[in-house]
Amino acid sequence: MLDKGRTTTVTVLDEAPATAQVPAPQEPQVDFDTDPSRYRHWRYEVEGETAWVYLDVAEDGGLVPGYELKLNSYDLGVDIELYDLTQRLRFSHPEVRSVVLTSGKDSNFCAGANIRMLAQSSHSWKVNFCKFTNETRNGIEDMTAHSGQTWVAALNGTAAGGGYEMALACETILLVNDRSSAVALPEVPLLGVLPGTGGLTRVTDKRHVRKDRADIFATKSEGFQGPKAVEWKLVDETVSRKQWDATVRERAAEAAASSSRPTGATGIALPPLQREVTEDAIRYPNVRCEIDRDARTATITVLGPEAGTVPESLERIHALGADFWPLAMTRELDDLILRLRTNELEIGTWLVKTRGSIEGALAFERVIAEHSASDWLVNEIRHYFKRTLKRLDVTSRSLIALIEPGSCFAGALLELALACDRQYMLEGTFEDADEEQDPAQLVLTASNFGAFPMGNGLTRLQSRFWGDDETLAALEPGTRLTGAQAEEAGLVTDAPDDIDYEDEIRILLEERASLSPDALTGMEANHRFVGPETMETRIFGRLTAWQNWIFIRPNASGAEGALRRYGTGRKADFDRKRV
Amino acid sequence: MTSARPKIDFDAKIPNNVDLASDRKLQRALERWQPNFLDWWGDMGPAVDTKDVYLRTAVDVGREGWAHFDHVPMNEYRWGVFLSEHDPDRKIAFGEHKGEPVWQEVPGEYRADLQRLIVIQGDTEPASVEQQRFLGATAPSLYDMRNLFQVNVEEGRHLWAMVYLLHAYFGRAGREEADQLLARNSGSDESPRILGAFNEETPDWLSFYMFTYFTDRDGKYQLGTLKESGFDPLSRTCEFMLKEEAHHMFVGTTGIDRVVTRTAQLMNEHDSEDVAGAGGIPLDMIQKYINFHYTVSLDLFGNESSTNAANYFTAGLKGRWQEERRKDDHVLTDDAGAVDAVREGRITTTEVPALLALNQDLRSEYMGDCSNGLKRWNRILEKHGIDRRLSLPHVGFNRHVGAFSDAHITPEGRVVSEAEWKAQESRWLPTEVDKTHVRGLMHPVLEPGKIASWIAPPNNGINDKPVDYEYVHFN
Repeated sequence: MLDKGRTTTVTVLDEAPATAQVPAPQEPQVDFDTDPSRYRHWRYEVEGETAWVYLDVAEDGGLVPGYELKLNSYDLGVDIELYDLTQRLRFSHPEVRSVVLTSGKDSNFCAGANIRMLAQSSHSWKVNFCKFTNETRNGIEDMTAHSGQTWVAALNGTAAGGGYEMALACETILLVNDRSSAVALPEVPLLGVLPGTGGLTRVTDKRHVRKDRADIFATKSEGFQGPKAVEWKLVDETVSRKQWDATVRERAAEAAASSSRPTGATGIALPPLQREVTEDAIRYPNVRCEIDRDARTATITVLGPEAGTVPESLERIHALGADFWPLAMTRELDDLILRLRTNELEIGTWLVKTRGSIEGALAFERVIAEHSASDWLVNEIRHYFKRTLKRLDVTSRSLIALIEPGSCFAGALLELALACDRQYMLEGTFEDADEEQDPAQLVLTASNFGAFPMGNGLTRLQSRFWGDDETLAALEPGTRLTGAQAEEAGLVTDAPDDIDYEDEIRILLEERASLSPDALTGMEANHRFVGPETMETRIFGRLTAWQNWIFIRPNASGAEGALRRYGTGRKADFDRKRV
Repeated sequence: MTSARPKIDFDAKIPNNVDLASDRKLQRALERWQPNFLDWWGDMGPAVDTKDVYLRTAVDVGREGWAHFDHVPMNEYRWGVFLSEHDPDRKIAFGEHKGEPVWQEVPGEYRADLQRLIVIQGDTEPASVEQQRFLGATAPSLYDMRNLFQVNVEEGRHLWAMVYLLHAYFGRAGREEADQLLARNSGSDESPRILGAFNEETPDWLSFYMFTYFTDRDGKYQLGTLKESGFDPLSRTCEFMLKEEAHHMFVGTTGIDRVVTRTAQLMNEHDSEDVAGAGGIPLDMIQKYINFHYTVSLDLFGNESSTNAANYFTAGLKGRWQEERRKDDHVLTDDAGAVDAVREGRITTTEVPALLALNQDLRSEYMGDCSNGLKRWNRILEKHGIDRRLSLPHVGFNRHVGAFSDAHITPEGRVVSEAEWKAQESRWLPTEVDKTHVRGLMHPVLEPGKIASWIAPPNNGINDKPVDYEYVHFN
């Protein structure tokens, strides 16, 4: 029976009816909660050591009205499910050693981000969408690298734009050789924007495609079919339909063979988060957030573990599962970052605090250090916290750490402060506090020297003291510092005492709130990532920055720009000046 | 208007009127492709072993006669490259380049789109040859067998026409695509043809007539829109292909004429609608075949609302049917059009920019054209004193592409539940029993002038030859 119309083409990104003339609907408050029983766009089946992940997008399942998700194209809602799916594979399926990413449709693999969604979206929505999808692609690479779950892209049809970028995040790419299916990055020729979910970067930096060939590929809307794609290293292998299933299984088995995952392990459940949301607050058991809309600040407080609650054995950690404090806290913090980033655009400054027992935090720290090399779950938790810190690193908000009595910035939690743009620590105590206080302390542990690298491959301490090896060398694990000592060591920006502290912070925040949000975003992103470039920094720095510039240029998003004109049947009218 | 008549070089290895002899590179490229084509024809072309067939061969493109008829061995058929006459003053008739001189070379900006259009069109031509590969073995007469082979060799020539464009204008990428046109095969698991409809086998002669009536007619409309193209070589190629295509539709129209005639005769002889037992095809079954082939062909026009069609129009690559006879601005940026839609269980329309409604526009033209056949066939029934009439089903019936694809619509145009539709499907579309009956009638009749039981003889032979002429010689 017939399955395609005559106008179906390889390179088209999306074929939904035009609604570009209709004003964009109100962008909704986004919720990141989901679970496999609620997925509309994905399904996965675990078969032995391999998870088979099928992209099967529901056309009418868009997160925002105004577009249909044709040809397996995606929007933020589709990617939220993908993120959830990756987390479940990590935590609930320790038996999985390789992951096959493929399409549940007969006609194609994936046409990439939905163009009408992009065309109707506000700038901030596009940017947040791209950031989140980039983080999920990076997370997939992190799974291959550190979780013993290697991803294999089985492109059973054409993968265009974001579809191919999804494949690029996998370790191995197979493309069916049926003389029709192709891989393509048609963004430049068709839409006047970039393949901004790592596409440009991974083609050269990961797959080592020569720059002249990369140039041809990224300007050739129809892309390349199997044999040529192999020759140019765009895919690893092209396989006939007859050999397809067997070969994909073989590659999945090979990928599984090198995995570090244990056999016979039992996963843990990831139950829904407990979250209380009010007008100006979001509260979880281990993380609190209070929003001051007049000051445009959010105060995020991470609650440390109670002293004496550290589990005595690995068995107990597994039994606690999602209730194990480091995991519970990380899930909540991750969710909070995503919600604030997406839903609270005007809250431009985040104040980061901790509250709890330093000894408690250190006790947990020791358990993690002891088992992270040998236990899959503890390893997962460490990498999850690493990725959550990376989310902070690329968050376009001013981040200010406030280190006060009763805080527990020790080891891993100290990374929260080091991720911030500035750190203020109270020297001594608040004189008029209700209860007696001990002065705040910072505690350096081994965690600060390599457990949680940034996207640039450096620790936050190495980034902080880039080019100042002497100061860095003076820091040692196990050191505890008060305000004055921390200031002396260069670990905090300033350590005012009780007399000046509140005024300093108030003036700082008022001044910050008066500055241009765009300039601040650019400035902070520059300061946070010093030193060497990596694929990750190139994606978030170069690619994303250029993409975001292109997004606001009239050539893309003006009324006559390529993105807005796409799907109207009219051609873009470019301003031809190169700038 | 001046008109330049391209010279025909019929003695060349590849007959042509594009002065191939002066373009050595192109000539070499096509000569390299030629043996691959012949291999393909041997492997995938008609499976019946014939000595020669009375075929028409294109030898000119002029109005006063362009074909030559003779018995030729099929594998020695002179497949060539013919473009219709060149009009040096031709201007682009639509889109944002309206009024500019047509392009003699591919504009770089539209390379990918043009190549894709040509590949999709080119892919259907050899596909139908493959689909019809085994039909010759059950031909109801030598006359029909000859017509089948005529259609086949000309579809082969249409492939040549598209391959010429790919070789001449699209560089290495074009040559690679030309190779792929032979590497994809209808119904192949490995590398199927691009469009789903062209991967279905044509299992019997009733299906063949239906295919040439309904599906080749889609081809006519697609070629008609490409004939309007601002890319002049494509336009001239398609214009000439349309001449050949007319015969294919003639085969379909008269084929169904003759089936209906025979059924009417049998109905009168036996005074019964049920002519199956008498070796005929009952009207119910003919109606079901019409329902199937018509609706599958409607799907080939794509989504009612199409971005691609709009882009092609604006760029000047693919116009509307009879673009130049239309009375509007030919740019359509300020116009609106209504496209079919199903909302809340009702068939209705949605207003969209006119540019996006071009697929529906073309489909409407096609539907009007299709209804002419029904009038013919009903006249035959009337002449035989039979009250029953054949009809085209509603546009929303049995659709798998576009606005109706999720709805369940009866041939009368009523939206019903899936269960209700399924319950009646066997009344509307050919069942296994129907197909088995039709297949069961398919026995070859190879004696000149004789005809199978289920079909009436043609009124006239080919090229003024008698009906009992020996159109096909066997080894």
